[in-house]
Amino acid sequence: MSDARSQILGSIRRALRRDALPADKAAALEARLGDPQPNLIPARARGGAEAVVELFVQMAGNVQTTFSRVKSPRDVPGAVAEYLAGQNLPAAFAMAPDPELDAVPWAERPTLSIRRGRTEGTDQVSVTGAFAAVAETGTLMLTSGPSHPSTLNFLPETHIVVLPAGKVVGAYEDAWARLRAARDGTLPRTVNFVTGPSRTGDIEQRILMGAHGPRRLHVVLIEG
Amino acid sequence: MEATSHAFKDNVRRAIVDPGLQKALGMMKTGFQARRLAAIEKLPEFEQLRDVGRDIKNHVLENLDFYLERFERKVTEAGGHVHWCRTAEEARETILGLCRKACAKTVTKGKSMIAEEIALNDFLEEKGIEPVETDLGEYIIQLRREPPSHIIAPAVHLNKEDVIAAFHKSHTHLDPGRPMDDPHMLLDEARAVLRPKFLAADVGITGANFMIAETGSTIIVTNEGNGDLTQILPKMHIVLASLEKLVPTFEDAATILRLLARSATGQEFSVYTTVSTGPRRPGDLDGPEEFHVVLLDNGRTDILGTEFQDMLRCIRCAACLNHCPVYATVGGHAYGWVYPGPMGAVLTPTLIGIEAAGHLPNASTFCGRCESVCPMRIPLPKMMRHWREHEFERHLAPMAVRSGLALWAWLAKRPGLYRAVTGLAARVLGLLGRAHGRYGWLPLASGWTGGRDFPAPEGRTFMSQWRRRSGG
Repeated sequence: MSDARSQILGSIRRALRRDALPADKAAALEARLGDPQPNLIPARARGGAEAVVELFVQMAGNVQTTFSRVKSPRDVPGAVAEYLAGQNLPAAFAMAPDPELDAVPWAERPTLSIRRGRTEGTDQVSVTGAFAAVAETGTLMLTSGPSHPSTLNFLPETHIVVLPAGKVVGAYEDAWARLRAARDGTLPRTVNFVTGPSRTGDIEQRILMGAHGPRRLHVVLIEG
Repeated sequence: MEATSHAFKDNVRRAIVDPGLQKALGMMKTGFQARRLAAIEKLPEFEQLRDVGRDIKNHVLENLDFYLERFERKVTEAGGHVHWCRTAEEARETILGLCRKACAKTVTKGKSMIAEEIALNDFLEEKGIEPVETDLGEYIIQLRREPPSHIIAPAVHLNKEDVIAAFHKSHTHLDPGRPMDDPHMLLDEARAVLRPKFLAADVGITGANFMIAETGSTIIVTNEGNGDLTQILPKMHIVLASLEKLVPTFEDAATILRLLARSATGQEFSVYTTVSTGPRRPGDLDGPEEFHVVLLDNGRTDILGTEFQDMLRCIRCAACLNHCPVYATVGGHAYGWVYPGPMGAVLTPTLIGIEAAGHLPNASTFCGRCESVCPMRIPLPKMMRHWREHEFERHLAPMAVRSGLALWAWLAKRPGLYRAVTGLAARVLGLLGRAHGRYGWLPLASGWTGGRDFPAPEGRTFMSQWRRRSGG
């Protein structure tokens, strides 16, 4: 390998006054990496299923995420149409090609104009699913993949997320454990933890919404 | 950037009479400090989390070689590349090589203090590649061609009027008579100007708040979403990170993430926390085709194993800046290099030398607020004292300081004499200063009285009062 690599590793070992770790110590560290354990989890993140959903709604609301709470996937098209009309937005959006979203009966709302796929930045509104949601800070966890292009999370001015309540967990570690369990040792290219719409405090420390990402983040929560 | 830390005293003289700067700095107390306190009060486990975070980082530093090799292996398995760089020059050349390989004309950049440390923008411009800063604060100071004055709020030294002036001067394609007095208009203008730059960029460069050894992932934390557009739109994503940013697992990163935003901006969590692993996967509809990590040493391994090792736990949250009375008075530019405030007073001498940066660890009242708010429990005042000792031992301190300290040391080693001399001085100064209660000038103390009055003693010395009260 490169000179720089061996020199950097060499100076680390000189500074630590040892050679490369002996096999037993290295094996112990490998074991720690092979079975990652959570550290301290705050009490607020350890509630039951109903409590974490309420906490998620409350925490996300604190950071300007808005909600429609519905009973079943059948109610989703109506909730989306109503939200868009309420915001004076066109009833058109780019939607993630996600089988879970395809299960929503969109055709029952023929006024909605839907295009499936990534966005090049010309769509005003996007609709995606979410891998999970984290109650402790009202955070959505979005994973990239063929069914969820990351551009949908950032380029449109309005991002709508369809979220079944069963995907809400207490802590970041709970969500990550679900991700590990759902995949065979590989990760998606991008995992986005999103906590409210985009903002900046760079002009006189005033919080202004809609810096580069979405100005509005709306969650349609399915509690059936 | 050219360091002016050696001219700290002159920088300070200018800063404290700059009305615009003083106005901007005046907003810091109500902003950062109050928000941090409010966020921490809502998380009872915060103090415990600080201990856990400190221990994680210490564990990494003790096994840094192991975790770096492990991280490299995982990046490679995920289809990415790691480039080891000893110096700023090696990192700049590596990045240039990658940009040339991608035939890059423009690169977008997420906010990165390491990019400031290696002066990447000037270098890329020299080589004919246009770097575009996309964080709003960084964009503003790039237009003004000045360095950041704060590690998380680069334009905190500016007022709205400065931003209006910068946009007027640079956005010449827009109507010069457009209304701009509302900050929302300024934000919308920046958003509209930068959007096509995001879409056109060939390479995106971000920093990293964490690197995860378990998975070969890097993590960035932002509020604007600019770091995400920077990395998912271009063909190539380059992550520029110094090697102490490693943590073993996602769980370890999560612990420190609970500390980071609360300590920095007082948010419970930043808006966007993004975990990036390798290039886009087969079947993905977007994302970069190439993923490179430029791993920079630039003096870090020299700090390892020394009395400054604790500094490598720093997560760049800026709580120490936000609570420092010296920073609040002089602002960030006075420190003369990339890292200001208490963390800069410790880190800058390690990176550019105590000869050039000796003033910085001396610019402290040792009030200790920096250490008390540091989420990673870095003993900043103690390390500033270490630097003062180095400076003294290497005869870098001015003659007047050295002889003054020598005289004091001689006296302090003779307790009887010390008590007699200080007792006499307290009485005489108290008597002579009775009329005004203060001195505007004292012999041999003009360094103090030049900037403020010296209060007249009101009675006995501390030691004699102590003896009396404890019944001795």
